[in-house]
Amino acid sequence: MDPIANPATPEAAFGVEAVKLALADHAASNAAINALEPFMTDAKWDRGELTLTVAPETIVDASNAAKAAGYNFFEDLTAVDWYPTEPRFQVSYSLLSHTFKQRLRVVARVAEGESIASITGVWPAANFYEREVFDLFGVNFTGHPRLTRIMMPDNWNGHPLRKDYPVEGYR
Amino acid sequence: MSETSFIEEEVVTKNKTPMTHGAGSRDTTGTTLAGFRPAEDLIPSKVGTQTAEDMIIPGVEDVVEESLGGHKPHGSDPVSDQTMILNMGPQHPSTHGVLRLVIEVDGETIVSLAPDIGYLHTGIEKTCEAKFYQQVVPLTDRIDYLCPMTNNTAYALAVEKLLQLEIPERAQYLRVLFNELTRIQSHLVWLGTHAMDIGALTVFLYCFREREELMRIFEAVSGQRMMTSYVRVGGVSLEPPIDLFKTIRSFLKTFPSKIEEYEGLLQNNPIWISRLKGVGYISAADAIALGVTGPPLRASGVDFDVRRDMPYSGYEKFKFNVPVSNDGDVWARYILRMQEMRESVSICLQALDGLPEGRITADAPKIILPDREQMKTQMESLIHHFKIVTEGFQVPAGEVTSSVEAPHGMMNYYVVSDGTAKPYRVHMRNADYSNLQALETMCKGKLIADVVAIIGSIDIVLGAIDR
Repeated sequence: MDPIANPATPEAAFGVEAVKLALADHAASNAAINALEPFMTDAKWDRGELTLTVAPETIVDASNAAKAAGYNFFEDLTAVDWYPTEPRFQVSYSLLSHTFKQRLRVVARVAEGESIASITGVWPAANFYEREVFDLFGVNFTGHPRLTRIMMPDNWNGHPLRKDYPVEGYR
Repeated sequence: MSETSFIEEEVVTKNKTPMTHGAGSRDTTGTTLAGFRPAEDLIPSKVGTQTAEDMIIPGVEDVVEESLGGHKPHGSDPVSDQTMILNMGPQHPSTHGVLRLVIEVDGETIVSLAPDIGYLHTGIEKTCEAKFYQQVVPLTDRIDYLCPMTNNTAYALAVEKLLQLEIPERAQYLRVLFNELTRIQSHLVWLGTHAMDIGALTVFLYCFREREELMRIFEAVSGQRMMTSYVRVGGVSLEPPIDLFKTIRSFLKTFPSKIEEYEGLLQNNPIWISRLKGVGYISAADAIALGVTGPPLRASGVDFDVRRDMPYSGYEKFKFNVPVSNDGDVWARYILRMQEMRESVSICLQALDGLPEGRITADAPKIILPDREQMKTQMESLIHHFKIVTEGFQVPAGEVTSSVEAPHGMMNYYVVSDGTAKPYRVHMRNADYSNLQALETMCKGKLIADVVAIIGSIDIVLGAIDR
């Protein structure tokens, strides 16, 4: 089988039900799945990593639920621009559990012009990461204490990490 | 309180500090000296109960607004009622690069502090999207330029996870060996600059003497002193030269005595002790909330090390201790890093002793460049070489995170592939970026001079922050 055309590893599972079935005896992942159950719209288990998709309006509740389930450490927040697919931005949250020694990726899809709630109230560490995504992708985080550019100069035009922004910049 | 009693109190605390050890001797001179802020604000237990909103590091505008908005700490004296804005950097020698801090000071006490970053932003993440997978490796060297091998490893692990590649054991051992040598090298730069910031210039010269030996080892193995690009997707780039392991062994043999030499210069030095003990305290809860990783997290009492807890590249085969401290101050971070250097020496020796024979790259001719010799004799290899160089190699679609324990803390690479030969997205999570967010919590209520000590203790590299 061609690995490029068929990327999934043999043990990969896609969709909420399939992931639940595949991870029935995996305690750390089950804790996350059970906690995020009410918010989940999709799930993925691939290459030993669990990705749970949640609706963007529930991200704060989902973060609190994940935190309560043992995923106590906020690692990373970034975005992927899937232009021209809609909704365009995939905001990826990477959470770590110090007790389970397991990583969890929570993903929310945000369309251009839409905004997603800030999770700085759950983890203050998200502050710089949200500013970075705002700066480089133009995703708006509501409720962030001061959402300003962090990498680029304040008077910069455009958001460099968007796919429709040329690598060498506008000339 | 009269002027004289202030001075007396000050002298008493100063004299006491070197002799008392542990949590009881936290230095709160900053607050009592200025007399502006109530001392209970700084009791560690109270600091630990801050809300999430209190912990968010402010922006530069917030700090300026707060000061201009007539911040009134106490009393009615018009001069002492005003706070002052102090700009530190970006060309400040003790900020380890181009870090700019805007500090609101009340007398000499820090009221609030905002880092201004981005001076070194070169858009590496964007550049990665326009390169083939193998061309990204030299870019990763330039992120955290004090630990190029670690960066290379983290990136290689992510792409190998996407490709589901098996890496031969020899390559894994070589990765561990050079990762640990890099950790020693990075910690030497940290110790030298940290001590220099505090005024001990000799240590800097001693550290760079040993670092030079390591640089020569890196040069021998990869041809480069700093930007090594030694660890590649699928293995490592070259078989080390024949006598290199002997050189490494002789370095490892003498290095523990060199650590003792540094400690001889610092450990019992009263200035060093009083500048470090009790300064820059952060509780375990705050450290976790602020995303602190690496030595500062372990110095606050959280026992987590990626190498031991989520092993990669064969670390599960090595025996080593993870030093942890509960003091949470600059001193604890200093002690911890010195211990880590000793542990690294032990891991390096284990890697040298257990180094298996065999290939140094995975058996994947479509991904790894062939031998020069094979290329000249085998048509097949020549074709593979041509294809890899001109069109790269395709990577199955998917998203992965790799995580390694870098000298500064946890380093993650998030790589998204869409099935083509160029990464769709590469994102680096560096410990420096989130550790910087904890700077305000550590500095509040301390003196300006302590800021320099605290920046040294979180060990940041601006290349890793700005990317």
